[in-house]
Amino acid sequence: MSVASPILAVRGLKLSIRTDEGIARILDHIDFALQPGHILGIVGESGCGKSTLIRAVLGILPLGATVEAGDIDFAGEKLLRLPERELSRRIRGSRIGFVPQDPYLALNPVFKIGRQVLEIMRWHAPGRGAAQHRERLIGLLRRVHLPDAEAALDRYPHQFSGGQRQRLLIAAALACGPELVIADEPTTALDVTTQQQILALLRELTEEFGLSMLFVTHDLGVVAELCDETCVIYAGQTVESGPTRELLDAPKHPYTRALLACHPDRSDSFIGIPGSVPSPLRAAPGCRFAPRCAEARPACTMRPPHLDTLIEGRRVDCVLYDELESVVA
Amino acid sequence: MMGEATARVPIVELRDVTVLLGGRKGWLRKSVPPVRAVGGVSLSVQQGDILGLVGESGCGKTTLGRTLLGLQRETAGDIRLDGAPVGKLPPKAARRRRNDIHYVHQDAGAALDPWWSIGRTLDEGLRIQGGTAVARRRARVDEILDAVGLDPTTRRRYPHELSGGQLRRVALARILLLRPRFVILDEPTSGLDMSVQATVLNLLLDLRQRFGLTYLFISHDLSVVKRFCDRVAIMYLGRIVELASAADIFAEPRHPYTRALLAAVPRLEGNTRKVEPIEGEPPSAARLPPGCVFSGRCPHAVAECREREPELQAEDGHAVACWRWRDTLEERPAAPPLTGASNEREYAASLAK
Repeated sequence: MSVASPILAVRGLKLSIRTDEGIARILDHIDFALQPGHILGIVGESGCGKSTLIRAVLGILPLGATVEAGDIDFAGEKLLRLPERELSRRIRGSRIGFVPQDPYLALNPVFKIGRQVLEIMRWHAPGRGAAQHRERLIGLLRRVHLPDAEAALDRYPHQFSGGQRQRLLIAAALACGPELVIADEPTTALDVTTQQQILALLRELTEEFGLSMLFVTHDLGVVAELCDETCVIYAGQTVESGPTRELLDAPKHPYTRALLACHPDRSDSFIGIPGSVPSPLRAAPGCRFAPRCAEARPACTMRPPHLDTLIEGRRVDCVLYDELESVVA
Repeated sequence: MMGEATARVPIVELRDVTVLLGGRKGWLRKSVPPVRAVGGVSLSVQQGDILGLVGESGCGKTTLGRTLLGLQRETAGDIRLDGAPVGKLPPKAARRRRNDIHYVHQDAGAALDPWWSIGRTLDEGLRIQGGTAVARRRARVDEILDAVGLDPTTRRRYPHELSGGQLRRVALARILLLRPRFVILDEPTSGLDMSVQATVLNLLLDLRQRFGLTYLFISHDLSVVKRFCDRVAIMYLGRIVELASAADIFAEPRHPYTRALLAAVPRLEGNTRKVEPIEGEPPSAARLPPGCVFSGRCPHAVAECREREPELQAEDGHAVACWRWRDTLEERPAAPPLTGASNEREYAASLAK
């Protein structure tokens, strides 16, 4: 592994949200590090806490959310300790760009594209002139292969197709020169051939602009195509992380193994995982996958989650590997 | 139930069905030509089969499903149910003929009334059909809930209390009550997690066996279609461009569009890095190119493709609508290897060239 310090590191993040029905323990020990220039895939099924994790990094947690433990480090700054004013002025939207899941919902339908994006650019770089912003944006729109870039500024969101809107939002995420881009399932709403084009584009741009990317998805195939490293999350707990190829070729954690066994590329019949994801309102202590795990043992519910076991270049959070432990400092 | 394989009458047959949508005759206002959503589709489905209908958004697959259901009138062509045409019948008679065709909505949650308990929703269909006493209807609802793997107490619950997988089961229960023979499944697994998807698909296979169902499986998810369907039709801009058994289509895709589609599916072993994505996006159905509908994006298109529209032509049961499929088959890049790591640097270098 590289010795460079990570651009984004989330350590032992534990977070709960107060709801009408009680306290929902959404995240329980999330742990990962994104190396500069890399693409890190965060994989998990619905309800695993992916969206909350993104909101925690961007500092836009919903009302009633409390961070109980853990740290988020971004390029040497502790994001959780920064006041909102600092975050919105210096970090969110400028140093950290965001590509949302739904290109239909992310744009305001009543304003022209140019107006919406240029407003953000003016906010983050008030010193620069309007003409400079405009020129930069047109350049970016050309780079993401949006047809007729100059005229696009004067069009409304509905005049673009889904794929074009996603290109537009990628350009908008890059507009203020971010170091880190967070992409939240950016291709889920798109057709496969368009998805393929967008993934190729994201890959090119990461290299070209020297970006680091946090790519959140539920699709292991997309991770295999795009990400250097992968972190698997189940019910708010990081269960396994490591280099993508190794992780997919020889998964360690029983959940990762079960998830890969469901994948059509690995099986001809239809295998599912019995049971369902536990509600964060009634989360039991210990490993949250234990009730569905074929290899569960009594120790699973006693062991507090920790991602310290290093095995074959991967960090695994499972009692099975505790005996083989080679604890990371 | 079914005779010789050769003499079997298909349960549903489409002959050259065309559906034009919208359009306006101009007199005082500008006239707008109609959009061709489905352009000359011929298909047949045998009893007990699963036919997959695959295509990207806007290709006309949902319109085709709606036309089968009678929610949309065909502009031209013939729809036959059990061999007898249904298109020219008056509405009431046509509805009766279509009684055993049912549709499962893509978004099971949106298709249920949030203010109605599951039991009430399920009962509604039986009440509309009429002729059954309350106690009998109750027993039937319980029986079907059990068949789709739901607890009888589900009857007292409301849609928001159920998970995505459970909602799909309710949607299936709702139509099974009405004893369908032919079921149109519109993207039945979209939005479901991989581990839940599998259980829903298993249930569908089980139900087909138990109730003797025939499925039209509308989907854009090729990996599911490959394992689930007997035959597959690939649709692009209102036309069927390829039609064959699932095994044949996936082993030897003939149409350039089918090949592009297969190559675009992200694979665990890494696939899309090795092939160039096809460029552009499907044109709007309102501005169809002359000739082959795919010619605008096809890397193999020649002048002929842009002038004459190819018909779907079968050869050993594998039909394709392409002038050049034979010439382009050899140009196909070798199938990606199933194992081995993909090399990012190599790929980046090839991009830089």
